[in-house]
Amino acid sequence: MEKLTYRFQGGSRALPQQAELVGVVGSGNLEVLIESGPLGGDCAIEVNTAALGFGATWEAVMRDFHERWQLSDARIAINDMGATPAVVSLRLDQAVETMLGGLR
Amino acid sequence: MDWTTITSALFPNGHDVVERELFLSGSARVGEKTVAVVGTTGHSPIGVEIALLQARFILQTVREHPGRPILILVDTVGQRLRHRDEMLGINSYMAHLGKCVELARRQGHPVIGLVYDQALSGGFITSGLLADACYALPDSTIRVMGLPAMARITKVPEERLTELAVSNPVFAPGPENYLRMGGVQEIWTGDLAAQLEEALAAAAPQDERAALGLARGGRKFAQPVIDAIVAGRDALAS
Amino acid sequence: MSSYLELTARERLALLFDAGSFEEFLPPKARVISPHLAQLDAPVAFDDGVAVGRARLDGQAVFAAAQEGGFMGGAVGEVHGAKLVGLLKRAVAEKAAAVVLLLESGGVRLHEANAGLVAVSEVMRAVLDARNAGVPVIALIGGANGCFGGMGIVARCTNAVIMSEEARLAMSGPEVIETAAGVEEFDSRDRALVWRTTGGKHRYLLGDCQELVADSVPAFRAAVLATLARLRTQETALTLAALEAEQTMLAQRLERFGGLEEPMQIWTALGIAEPRSLPLLEAGPFVEQVAAYRIGAN
Repeated sequence: MEKLTYRFQGGSRALPQQAELVGVVGSGNLEVLIESGPLGGDCAIEVNTAALGFGATWEAVMRDFHERWQLSDARIAINDMGATPAVVSLRLDQAVETMLGGLR
Repeated sequence: MDWTTITSALFPNGHDVVERELFLSGSARVGEKTVAVVGTTGHSPIGVEIALLQARFILQTVREHPGRPILILVDTVGQRLRHRDEMLGINSYMAHLGKCVELARRQGHPVIGLVYDQALSGGFITSGLLADACYALPDSTIRVMGLPAMARITKVPEERLTELAVSNPVFAPGPENYLRMGGVQEIWTGDLAAQLEEALAAAAPQDERAALGLARGGRKFAQPVIDAIVAGRDALAS
Repeated sequence: MSSYLELTARERLALLFDAGSFEEFLPPKARVISPHLAQLDAPVAFDDGVAVGRARLDGQAVFAAAQEGGFMGGAVGEVHGAKLVGLLKRAVAEKAAAVVLLLESGGVRLHEANAGLVAVSEVMRAVLDARNAGVPVIALIGGANGCFGGMGIVARCTNAVIMSEEARLAMSGPEVIETAAGVEEFDSRDRALVWRTTGGKHRYLLGDCQELVADSVPAFRAAVLATLARLRTQETALTLAALEAEQTMLAQRLERFGGLEEPMQIWTALGIAEPRSLPLLEAGPFVEQVAAYRIGAN
């Protein structure tokens, strides 16, 4: 397993005070746990992945995600079992949308 | 270990246990009491027939001898692996045996399991493991599955599992590991007859295994998780 | 019509019970993960593959759990098992109307070996303790992974089993049997045979499940409601009389069918004129057609 962490500043979208989980830790899939937290305005993401050596790809996906959503005081934790970047982005979006009440 | 050896050691005051096609049944004197004895030998696979025979014996004991202690002797290679047993619903036969053991306990029969040779997985999960407490001899083998099959199914290399099985209580097959997990109450050495008497006297209906696993360090999370849920806490107590 | 089979555990909980009513105990944000998977370099799940909590069904409060078949095949490890035990104990403490278990599991989680085996045994005890305390326990089986191993035994320790036609309930999987005893014994790639042997319809005919439904959430929901109502008129705890009756039933099953090799021979022996047609029938018509022939008092 490989652990990767990211921290982004400058976001402005706050999240409700709750936690949400989307996805399943199965082959080619991942779960995303998202919650609000006091992080000085930052968005902190921790990834635990079974697919080794994809740091650069994860970084790109996370940057895109932060650009898209600009979350502030958000903590995201991921357990991944080899999902493609497209699936990762999808789950991240689903997680935020569920938080914001769009998807239930 | 031959079943006659273990019964001689356990019942110096005599017994009438017989064996028929690897099924053991009978009774024995333990101290002042008569104890019902049931189980298997010869590393018997547990198929629908032998599960049903054990269940019938326990039901007969409950009906005809209220309160009589029951000793379950365990020596099995696990559940029988046959299409026919699955077709007939071996899971139902196993569940039925487990429910009979549970009924006996509820009706005040002390029930003790003793692994005297081998115990694999499905072979004793509804007999020995549903007793008030399960005991084991030091040379017994208790395991879930052989390593090669485990490697195949988990896709973890066999070498890695073998490595872990040397000292990791989760994988190692000896009774000491089940002792640490809380699955086995005690390992018996020395005077087996005396230990049996003590065990029967100590038999209690509450399932204390998770607490034992915590106290002994083999399962550090089971009891805290149970406690957190029962208490309505959103986190484990530290 | 939402397929129960295709949903995740959490989606099943959200759709089967009254909207928004599921309240989770020890939720994922508690991050109570498996302590054993890391040493095998295997990924964890924040809920260790099972969600447990309380929900409402037509306004009635029940306790509920759903195993996630997508994580480790729904297999039971130390934490997963303890969550189920905690749920069952709390259901007793709070005098729950029922515990509804959405089962999808391969049984003991081999990655946790010994810890998993004891965990499943504790779940069995906890189910029987709940029943003995007057709390009915119902098992639903309808996922792609079926309900196998120690969980296949747990299912038959409950008061009632509800299965879809897609579901399977057994002890050992066909692959394990084929590996141990050869393809002649059980060809695990013969899907039709696998379902005839372990599928919902066969179990319904034998009396090992009490309701056979279509693969849909509304069908499962209706079956749970009907089952709850029926169970209110029955003894929840184990009794000597009930177990003696079960002993007789299982002995007769062995006597009547123990010499047969193919499940369809059992269906024929039950009096079904066209056994070949049964796998093709939808749940509703199937249940009607076999009503007079299946074994089993509820």
